[in-house]
Amino acid sequence: MQDVCAKQVYLFGTCLVDVFFPQAGMDALALIEQAGVRVHFPDAQSCCGQPAYTSGYPDEARRVAWSQIRLFPNDWPIIVLSGSCAGMMKHHYPKLFERGTTQWAAAQDVSRRVVELTDYLVNDLDIQLNDLGPAIKVALHTACSARREMETLQCGLALLDRLRHVQLMNHEREAECCGFGGTFSIKHPAISAAMVADKVQALLDCGAQQLVSADCGCLLNINGALAHRGEALQGEHIISFVRRRCEGGV
Amino acid sequence: MRTAAQPTATGLEAAQPVVVTQSPFKERAQAALCDRSLRQSFRGAMDFLTAKRAGVFDDPAEWQALSQLGEHIRQRALSKLPDLLEQLEHRCQQNGIHVHWAESTEQANQVVHGILAQHQATQVVKGKSMVSEEMALNHYLAERGVACLESDMGEYIVQLAGETPSHIIMPAIHKSKAQIAALFAEHLPGVPYTEDVDALIQIGRQVLRQKFLDAEVGISGVNFAVAETGTLCLVENEGNGRMCTTVPKVHIAVMGIEKVVEKLIDVAPLYSLLTRSATGQIVSTYLNLINGPRRPGELDGPQEVHLVLLDNGRSQAFADTQLRATLQCIRCGACMNHCPVYARIGGHAYGTVYPGPIGQIISPHLLGLQATPALPGASSLCGACGDVCPVKIPIPALLTRLRTEAARPANEQPHAMRGQGANANLRERQLWRWWRWLNTSPIAYRLLTWLLSRARHHLPKQLKPWTQVRTLPRPAPKTLHELMRQRTGRTS
Amino acid sequence: MSAKANILQALRQGLANAPGPLGDSDYQAAIAPYAFTHADAVTRVKQLLCAAHAEVIDSTHDTWPADLTRVLQQTGMPATLLAPQTDCTLALRAYWADRHDVPSLRLFDQAIDCWKADLFQIDAALTECEGAIAATGSLIIWPTPQAPRTLSLVPPLHIVLWQTRSVWNTLFEAMQQAEWASRLPTNALLVSGPSKTADIQQTLAYGAHGPKRLIVLAIDEPCP
Repeated sequence: MQDVCAKQVYLFGTCLVDVFFPQAGMDALALIEQAGVRVHFPDAQSCCGQPAYTSGYPDEARRVAWSQIRLFPNDWPIIVLSGSCAGMMKHHYPKLFERGTTQWAAAQDVSRRVVELTDYLVNDLDIQLNDLGPAIKVALHTACSARREMETLQCGLALLDRLRHVQLMNHEREAECCGFGGTFSIKHPAISAAMVADKVQALLDCGAQQLVSADCGCLLNINGALAHRGEALQGEHIISFVRRRCEGGV
Repeated sequence: MRTAAQPTATGLEAAQPVVVTQSPFKERAQAALCDRSLRQSFRGAMDFLTAKRAGVFDDPAEWQALSQLGEHIRQRALSKLPDLLEQLEHRCQQNGIHVHWAESTEQANQVVHGILAQHQATQVVKGKSMVSEEMALNHYLAERGVACLESDMGEYIVQLAGETPSHIIMPAIHKSKAQIAALFAEHLPGVPYTEDVDALIQIGRQVLRQKFLDAEVGISGVNFAVAETGTLCLVENEGNGRMCTTVPKVHIAVMGIEKVVEKLIDVAPLYSLLTRSATGQIVSTYLNLINGPRRPGELDGPQEVHLVLLDNGRSQAFADTQLRATLQCIRCGACMNHCPVYARIGGHAYGTVYPGPIGQIISPHLLGLQATPALPGASSLCGACGDVCPVKIPIPALLTRLRTEAARPANEQPHAMRGQGANANLRERQLWRWWRWLNTSPIAYRLLTWLLSRARHHLPKQLKPWTQVRTLPRPAPKTLHELMRQRTGRTS
Repeated sequence: MSAKANILQALRQGLANAPGPLGDSDYQAAIAPYAFTHADAVTRVKQLLCAAHAEVIDSTHDTWPADLTRVLQQTGMPATLLAPQTDCTLALRAYWADRHDVPSLRLFDQAIDCWKADLFQIDAALTECEGAIAATGSLIIWPTPQAPRTLSLVPPLHIVLWQTRSVWNTLFEAMQQAEWASRLPTNALLVSGPSKTADIQQTLAYGAHGPKRLIVLAIDEPCP
């Protein structure tokens, strides 16, 4: 468990947030600092290494993982903006290194300190949210690996539950994969397309005005499919939505 | 090819031999995705089975404890596998069961055919057995003039249609009742078209009852074989398994070498996990514990029982401490019932006897990675399969490992699998090397992401196959790295 | 080398790079959720059997022949009832001796090979059972030389006499407490309803290949 009184944390943005959802990183920073915690963003961070790892290139993943592990020398929690990347760092980093080596020990240490963002906000900071926005119907999507490896579904739900005017909309087969799966969506485009088509239809059918998720790979996939269909609905990182609500935005 | 007289029509007299499709996985998947009726069949069945399973595992604490026990029992058995197999053989022989060993499906087929030839048997009934599918036993026997009739209703339907099972528990899951009605009306003399399921089942019952009576030999699979007692356990609902193993004079059981458990009491928790995971039943109609042929003084049961132990690539999986978990499987099919890929492409698209996630991790051992190069990658690694596995096989981790084995150069040591390097591709390897360099070189990484953000309006609009159903995402005007640097007052 | 030697050698080589054999299992999970009193266990067996489409008739040691006869009369009398050579059969035979509206009683008293085709024409069969399992509503049937295994399989109607004093909470406890491992018959069986299938579009249909109907006479007092 994390030290609740920890006053300093690391922020790991993830590569997709870096390029596609940078505002989510800034919003996370703002919300954590509002709670009186100092945030460190190691400038040399890049990707967690998951794409190579799941594609069958563990050697490349190991090199990238090692370059990231060294960025977090102090014993502070490492807050990760995406559940699936957090899962990689927490559950797979130690597996990449030979047991008993210094690298393995360092990977273990990082693994112990990794916390997914919504988990941190809800369970460590117990963040209180003052929802200034109008009533809105929201659907939540949780990445499969985040749901299963990090159990962040409950954290996402808990976070939304702290926004008074937000009504959670359940969509059909909420637990089913959106079809992203990293390189799966590129290697098996037809199957992935069928999966995202069903996910998008379920989201549209549930009557949500807004889609949120803490997982940017899924968001790129689902948003891309929504846009391709010409739908107005678009998903955003849950942290950006939460911060906007607290500042009175729609 | 049949030489035997056929006292009753089974409808199979003109059946085509099973056509093993040669088209690659992607083509079959594509075809399945376009087949509305097929997709409805699978989606409906998967939703049904998923809900049924959830209903019988409604206590998470019990599920957790029981699946942990199941995992331990299977791992314990595997940790002593060679000794347990020898003990099983010894106990079976004490019980009067003849035990045969086969390294390959060819050897196993020869053993079975040899027994049939000894008895001059031309009519055989078979209970559901995936190992016999693995052996393509029906085909092998048909070529040698022996009619081997499937007696499980689903298997019978599939055989009648000249197809292969699309699911390991519900073989005809891909067919609607209208399709089955048409199949019966077309192939069975005097049978009118009816979509009444009770009527269809009674038709099947009548045809097959005569065959149980006539057959000289019955063939079955084995769900669990108990080393302690030399017991062959069969789990079923229909009673055809009991018919095949009780009524004919000879019973031949075929099983993979991994199916052995150490003690009789191990069967109790595994049986509960199996039926609940497979079809959401707290128990099947029958659990049949076979301990040998008819003993002196007994009035029925087979006079001869044979057990064929098949390796067929299992010892390869066994030799690797990680891949060994593949052999924990108790063949419940829950992984396919919960797989979003299987639900959309169905069982036949995989092109292997075992479809779905379990097929994706076992088939590369049975056939070699060179014959199954697409299987390890055909998963989004969503983890649903691993979640519902009653013996906790880490299926996603095994898929990842198989991807690694398929991507490694064929000559690299150590060599864990037949077909290593099936997907080895210099271009892809270079790409990942470049990716690694980029992500371990902070300046290069920041430069590239900066370039992406600045070129956001000039990036290509099309990037197939991604953009066939999706709009390409556009990078934000500034990267998070930039925003952070601005905030801390530094410049890049 | 033989296939056996090759397989065992491959497996033993495979074992070399793994930790040693695993120790015993804690089987608590197989038992824990299913602790019932005797009365609850009996009730549960009846409920689960009924839910599985079996018919359960409450009866007693003295009245079961009459109860059985009444049920057969109510539900379409089979022409022949096949039975083993046991005390129960004698009791039924005595009860039916001077009655007309009863099936003819045929004993299973010769090897199946002599009359297999006839066996497939018989409408109903009677067996006893070793007991029942409360967790799953299953009957334990251990065929003996006096009670062959096809009795509970081939005729479309299967009638089982169950002494309700004989009930275990779980299969695990039945196996362990009754020491199955040291005394298994050639074919031990659990039966949890009439045969069924859902192989056509998940639609449940009864009477697949085994019995179409299962009638259980639950005998609530011990046999003398």
